[in-house]
Amino acid sequence: MEGGRVWRRFRRNPLALAGALLIVLLLLFSLICPFLLPYDATRIELHNTFQPPGVFPHILGTDDLGRDMVARLSYGGRISLAVGLCVALGSAIVGALLGSVAGLYGGYVDTLISRVIDILLSIPLLPLLMVISGFVNVGPLELIAAMVLLGWMGVARLTRGAVLSLRDSEFVTAARAVGSGNGRIIIRHLLPNVLAPLTVATTLAVAWAILIESAMSYLGFGIQPPTPTWGNMLQGAQRYMRTAPWLAVLPGILIALTVTSFNFVGDGIRESMDPKLVGRL
Amino acid sequence: MIRRLLMSVLVLFGISIIAFSMIHLSPGGPTAIYAVSPNIDARQLERIEELLGLNDPLHIQYVKWFGGVLTGEWGFSYRDGRPVTEVILERVPNTVELTLASLIVAIGLGVPVGIFTASRAGTISRWIANMLTMTAISMPTFWLGLMVILLFAERLRVIPSGGMFTIGAEFSLADRLHHLIAPALVLGTPSVATWWRYTHSGMVEVMLEDYVRTARAKGLSERIVTYRHALKNVLITLVTLAGLSLPNLFSGALVTEAVFAWPGNGRLLVESLVRRDYPVVMGNFMVITLLVVAGNLLADVSYALVDPRVRFE
Repeated sequence: MEGGRVWRRFRRNPLALAGALLIVLLLLFSLICPFLLPYDATRIELHNTFQPPGVFPHILGTDDLGRDMVARLSYGGRISLAVGLCVALGSAIVGALLGSVAGLYGGYVDTLISRVIDILLSIPLLPLLMVISGFVNVGPLELIAAMVLLGWMGVARLTRGAVLSLRDSEFVTAARAVGSGNGRIIIRHLLPNVLAPLTVATTLAVAWAILIESAMSYLGFGIQPPTPTWGNMLQGAQRYMRTAPWLAVLPGILIALTVTSFNFVGDGIRESMDPKLVGRL
Repeated sequence: MIRRLLMSVLVLFGISIIAFSMIHLSPGGPTAIYAVSPNIDARQLERIEELLGLNDPLHIQYVKWFGGVLTGEWGFSYRDGRPVTEVILERVPNTVELTLASLIVAIGLGVPVGIFTASRAGTISRWIANMLTMTAISMPTFWLGLMVILLFAERLRVIPSGGMFTIGAEFSLADRLHHLIAPALVLGTPSVATWWRYTHSGMVEVMLEDYVRTARAKGLSERIVTYRHALKNVLITLVTLAGLSLPNLFSGALVTEAVFAWPGNGRLLVESLVRRDYPVVMGNFMVITLLVVAGNLLADVSYALVDPRVRFE
């Protein structure tokens, strides 16, 4: 499937297009805003706490310590988006490699990898992550690593299935005949054929990772304050809901918007790559 | 079938190893709680380690510990010294209640709407449906919960803002339901979308089958064709979905319980992690996994029961 046709179909899907636009806007907001603002996300102004939104200079208000909400939201967006993107890319790489190894080699290797996939898939992820971060002090990097280690199975299954069906095809035999090793066959010949479903899975995984990270941080087991993320901003907000509802509303809107956008885009790519799906809910 | 069972046992075995190593990797190890006490000196600490068998090789400790787990000796809570099994088991019914209630919400709303939208499929209705379901799936449940509390408990004051019953009041079913409705709706919302999608696409597909055309040709009313003939075949997918969504709902319940102060296993997990009550954490984690694995198994079994074509090879 060449790119041009996919893009033409994608362009005709208003939801996916709106999602892509929103993602660009959110990325710009969180990348550029911290440079434009005179405030740091952690600067405390104790004479300026709980300022409601709409008043200059704190356009979206301030929180319980007088920190500027625009600064915190944009800075938190960097962390949340970075975690989402890194986890999705990381699990795509790990999953694609393990999946293609399992599919290409078969035998014991395949059985081993498949059983590990089965076991990991039946362990509830969120409680396990919570327990891990309860024992080990978790920073953004550790959290990403843990989520990749527990999140690669979907991609691996998908890749394994595709590789199994391609393993005995002529172009693989031809590559082998000219002396290509297994590594070269996987990277140069097999993975390009799985790229389409892989892209979809990775896009949807970004949404999933952002949701999990924000849930963890909300419960207090993800990334710890003072580093703001959309999730841990909500954690403190629950206490002040009566007096300062905007603290609870704003970060949640951004989480919901981001996750929805990635889901729409992922779904849009899927539909434009597989014409059979068009017209189905 | 036996393979599935073996698989589940293997999963639980793996979890037990994770649990065991967590206890030993925890900061300060299993005796940390004694080490900080000013009344215990180094000699006594050694004696405690000796008595608890902590000087044995790790694999022997594991066998002993696993034997204890199997016979129901899960240790004692660091907080109040109650047996871990007791602390955990009193929470299980609450989590199960919340999960089942949200499953009822999801099915009760999702399936009828799915049948309805499938009967009048068009481009615009499809976009609206697509947008609504996607938004519902993408909504972070904890934030949805916060918004529900903000709007209905803080502003409108029509529901309680948390808990399972009014403290100090006599038991009454109405009071229980009053507390249950908000968390069940919030936990069920993402699943409503899933149920809707599955029902919709299942119905659209089945309605094109030959036997449905035959039924229509016989002169049966659209109503009977829909409910008697088409829905029956869609039910097969829906039964699987029920099993598949149980694990998701259990995981989601963890977060929802935290938002609504619902005294279930999820809230217990959060509480015990904050208190560093490791025996309760590990026991609770194992119970949650057990519930999820049981849900998966239930899905497989019910699938085979509903669809005679399915046989486990």
